[in-house]
Amino acid sequence: MFGLTTHLQNKRRKERRVSFLLGCLTLCLVLPIAFIVGVLLFKGLPAICWEFLAADPIRGMTAGGIFPAIIGTIYLVLLSLLFCVPIGVIAAVYLSEYAADNWFTRAINLAIVNLAGVPSIVHALFGLGAFVLFLKFGTSLLAASATLAVMNLPVVITATRESLEAVPRQFREACWNLGATRWQAIRYVVLPNSLPGILTGVIFAVSRAAGETAPILFTGAVFYKAELPQSILDQCMALSMHLFTLSTQVVGVPEAFPYGTALVLVGIVFAVNTLSIALRFYFRTHRKW
Amino acid sequence: MSENLAIFTENLNLWYGSFQALKNINLSIHQGNITALIGPSGCGKSTFLRCLNRINERISSVRVSGAIRLFGHDIYGQEVTLEELRKDVGMVFQRPNPLPLSIYENVMFGYTTHYARRSYTQTELDVLVESSLKKVHLWEKLKDNLHDSALGLQLEAQQKLCIARLLPLKPKLILLDEPCSALDPTGTSSIEELLLELKGEYSIVIVTHNMAQARRVSYESIFMLMGEIIEQGSTAEMFLTPQNEKTAQYIEGRFG
Repeated sequence: MFGLTTHLQNKRRKERRVSFLLGCLTLCLVLPIAFIVGVLLFKGLPAICWEFLAADPIRGMTAGGIFPAIIGTIYLVLLSLLFCVPIGVIAAVYLSEYAADNWFTRAINLAIVNLAGVPSIVHALFGLGAFVLFLKFGTSLLAASATLAVMNLPVVITATRESLEAVPRQFREACWNLGATRWQAIRYVVLPNSLPGILTGVIFAVSRAAGETAPILFTGAVFYKAELPQSILDQCMALSMHLFTLSTQVVGVPEAFPYGTALVLVGIVFAVNTLSIALRFYFRTHRKW
Repeated sequence: MSENLAIFTENLNLWYGSFQALKNINLSIHQGNITALIGPSGCGKSTFLRCLNRINERISSVRVSGAIRLFGHDIYGQEVTLEELRKDVGMVFQRPNPLPLSIYENVMFGYTTHYARRSYTQTELDVLVESSLKKVHLWEKLKDNLHDSALGLQLEAQQKLCIARLLPLKPKLILLDEPCSALDPTGTSSIEELLLELKGEYSIVIVTHNMAQARRVSYESIFMLMGEIIEQGSTAEMFLTPQNEKTAQYIEGRFG
């Protein structure tokens, strides 16, 4: 009784084989990431020094640093957040808390899903047409961040809606039963409790905005610009764009430069993502229900 | 004459889609008492209760006909707003549903949503919180932890808090939908004691599946079956000498 039978032995052997196989496949998934990070560190780390981070590129980008590109990326990201976070959060609150379920809202939902699937180069063309030419922003920080904002709207809207819907319905009902209006329930109970989820979405939008090249290619990022942008109508450099030009457009660049630039970009995105994970973890352990 | 009545309904019918959940409900309930709504599951007790603060209307398939007058006022009148109606008609649910806020904020929530911020001072709020929590006997226990999350309280305390948070609004009518079914016997009896203390000042309607509870707390009982009122009368008499055969069978526990 309770002992090991032949049949059980076979089952156990099979179990081990399956878990080994699944483990191998998972490892295959991790390998490219490890490889990318490894190569970037190996080839890019020698380039990283104070001068590389804090100086302008000189001598046709073959020397100096990437400081304007770092600043340009930060400006682009912050400005695009300024556009897409308020609009995205407001739209999400309306869609999930107010809008009736009819053909119109269903059409809007469909539009959001499709917007999320639009390739970034198409966003770039849209930005060129809508912001640069039609609204006459010119190729500028403003046009480029607006384009990034449009690209990130579905991200922010979806993340916000998901976190709003994660707040149990009973809390809203409790508010309504006390005679609170919809807005009061949202303002005092729903939004405070969905803030962590919204924040996560926003941070995800940050890393996307920092990494994308196509949307800023025609709308505001430039190959080389000596001074930092003075206004939002100036053009600027950006890390992703800089990486593109260093790798394909310029001759005589030290090999470590593009890798170093990539390392800085990936580093920024990693840092922001790590922050997002940490925040999510913090809020999950401090959740009130 | 309906001015003296807490609740007066006339030919109240309610449908969920094509299913008729309430059939010709004609009721008069006097002020200041505890009234128990009893009957088997699905008989329409909760549905009836939810008509009284018009919470049912959030379900789009609900259709209501007939009249409901609370304290002489037609709650379907043109000038009636849901916010004010729910301020005067408080509701307590089966599962305690405190908000994910502090204890203090829970008690104040209704009050602060109904009155402009300029119309009260912090001291007035403090006084209101203290008196509300005292009425439900939570003050001594919680006075040092008012800013802790209400969700950390035990179920019994949560349910008392859910009653306490109605009080700053000075409701006229308090509706309780099986308020003790998530609680243990001690919790149940302390909620019952609380209800007995609150009656008089407030009119109370309680839906319950617990016959003993109906006997203990209510002055009048209403027995419902399949969306209809079978019998209404003083609790003492109904439980001793039910007039209707069905009532007798239900009270004796022959179906439920």
